[in-house]
Amino acid sequence: MPLRTTRREFLRAATAGMAAIVAVRPAAATPAAMQDAIGAVVGTARVTKGRVKLELPPLSENGNAVPLTVSVESAMTPAEHVRAIHVFTEKNPQPDVVSVRLGPRAGRARVSTRIRLADTQTVVAIAELSDGSFWSAEAAVVVTLAACLEET
Amino acid sequence: MLRLAAALGALGLAVSALAAEIPSAERRSGYDFMSRETRAMQDDDTANPAMLWVLEGGALWNRKTGAAGRACADCHGDARASMKGVAARHPAFDAGRGRPVSLEQRINACRVERQQAPALAYESRELLALTAFVARQSRGLPIDVAVDARTQPFLDAGRALWERRQGQLNLACRQCHDENWGHRLAGSVIPQAHPTGYPLYRLEWQALGSLQRRFRNCLIGVRSEPYEYGDPALVDLELYLKWRARGMLMDAPAVRP
Amino acid sequence: MAETLISVPPRARRGEIVEIKTLISHPMETGYRRSQLGARIPRDIIRLFVCTYNGAEVFRAALHPAIAANPFITFSTVATETGTLTFHWTGDNGFSVKETAEIRVE
Repeated sequence: MPLRTTRREFLRAATAGMAAIVAVRPAAATPAAMQDAIGAVVGTARVTKGRVKLELPPLSENGNAVPLTVSVESAMTPAEHVRAIHVFTEKNPQPDVVSVRLGPRAGRARVSTRIRLADTQTVVAIAELSDGSFWSAEAAVVVTLAACLEET
Repeated sequence: MLRLAAALGALGLAVSALAAEIPSAERRSGYDFMSRETRAMQDDDTANPAMLWVLEGGALWNRKTGAAGRACADCHGDARASMKGVAARHPAFDAGRGRPVSLEQRINACRVERQQAPALAYESRELLALTAFVARQSRGLPIDVAVDARTQPFLDAGRALWERRQGQLNLACRQCHDENWGHRLAGSVIPQAHPTGYPLYRLEWQALGSLQRRFRNCLIGVRSEPYEYGDPALVDLELYLKWRARGMLMDAPAVRP
Repeated sequence: MAETLISVPPRARRGEIVEIKTLISHPMETGYRRSQLGARIPRDIIRLFVCTYNGAEVFRAALHPAIAANPFITFSTVATETGTLTFHWTGDNGFSVKETAEIRVE
């Protein structure tokens, strides 16, 4: 292969290098660590997929603030309501993201926040209902990398 | 090397022979390149984190400070009226200095000369807060910097800086933002670099920052030695970019990725 | 003193579900970042957010470092009676900020 480099190729390689400097990442949690964190919340109870809606953009242009909304199908009455909602990630440095406690006075089981995602990964939301059952939903998010970062 | 270049071709910058200003009808604010989610964050004042700085700026506006014991409001009154359009007109010519000054420099001049208080450091929380509060009063107004015989040389200097290749990557601002806007650099869309929303909340910074902070990011990105905050060269560049975005509507304090 | 931005409808019908939005200035330093010299930057986060309505807790959130800087939390409550909503954020290094908002229920 000839080693001659044209100016344009150099420019391409050089700008690619701008992206490469952000590829260094801290040690991450693993899907197993996430399972452990979920276990700490649900114990030996069975977690069933369904009733939970997890809204996250499938593609995020920055992992520093990704909007997240979790809602759960529930009448939210004293007899039948959502007690808690927990969010976990599989590749952040630690799997726990947020745990909220609510009850019938919420009127509806719906919370929003903004989260950090260190990498492209799966996010899991688990709802704990007043009858002791656990329900879940998951979402995959692709996090894109910014090109020109300042020195930090 | 060739294979690397081919594999990364999707990121490649096409380098055309000559810079051409973006036609008026094709100009796009950075807002137009953002995801739906990031736009929503900017559009709702109760969700836009930059509003935390505006709130703080409003408190500083009314607080007496300095040896003169005077608040901004003591001279300027209600900022909604007195500061309307001010950010859209900066950088503006300052007769005392004989050159254009940025909005931050104007605020600090007021502090030092009228309030007899020490100047606030660039990128300090207080200066960003006051700047954001003042810039908020221009939201929705067209950018309108004055170009006349006095400011023309500084505008020309700003344009020259924009067009000059620099840094180890030997890139000029225009190569990305005039000639390759809309293409991708790594995962990000290259915007046209219109300063409609500064100071703004960048998700990358996780905080509010000035236009000069953004300039310094770009300069570091092309591996050049960045100018210091407040350097006349950066103010000239601000002036050129505001002129280049003339007529576009201010959306400060904006949110950008 | 951290700035807060709280959105609560000033009035509501009895039994209406009202949306509450809260923003607070805080860096949410994760504890996983390092300075340019390689030193670990210590964790500094808000760990808990609690909302009470006339003294009774209606919402609580335990936050971890994965919550974005300047935490934004939205939730809802049923407008039961005229009164005061209290918002309390607490966290590392003795962080504690309390704010209130009034709601008129008709």
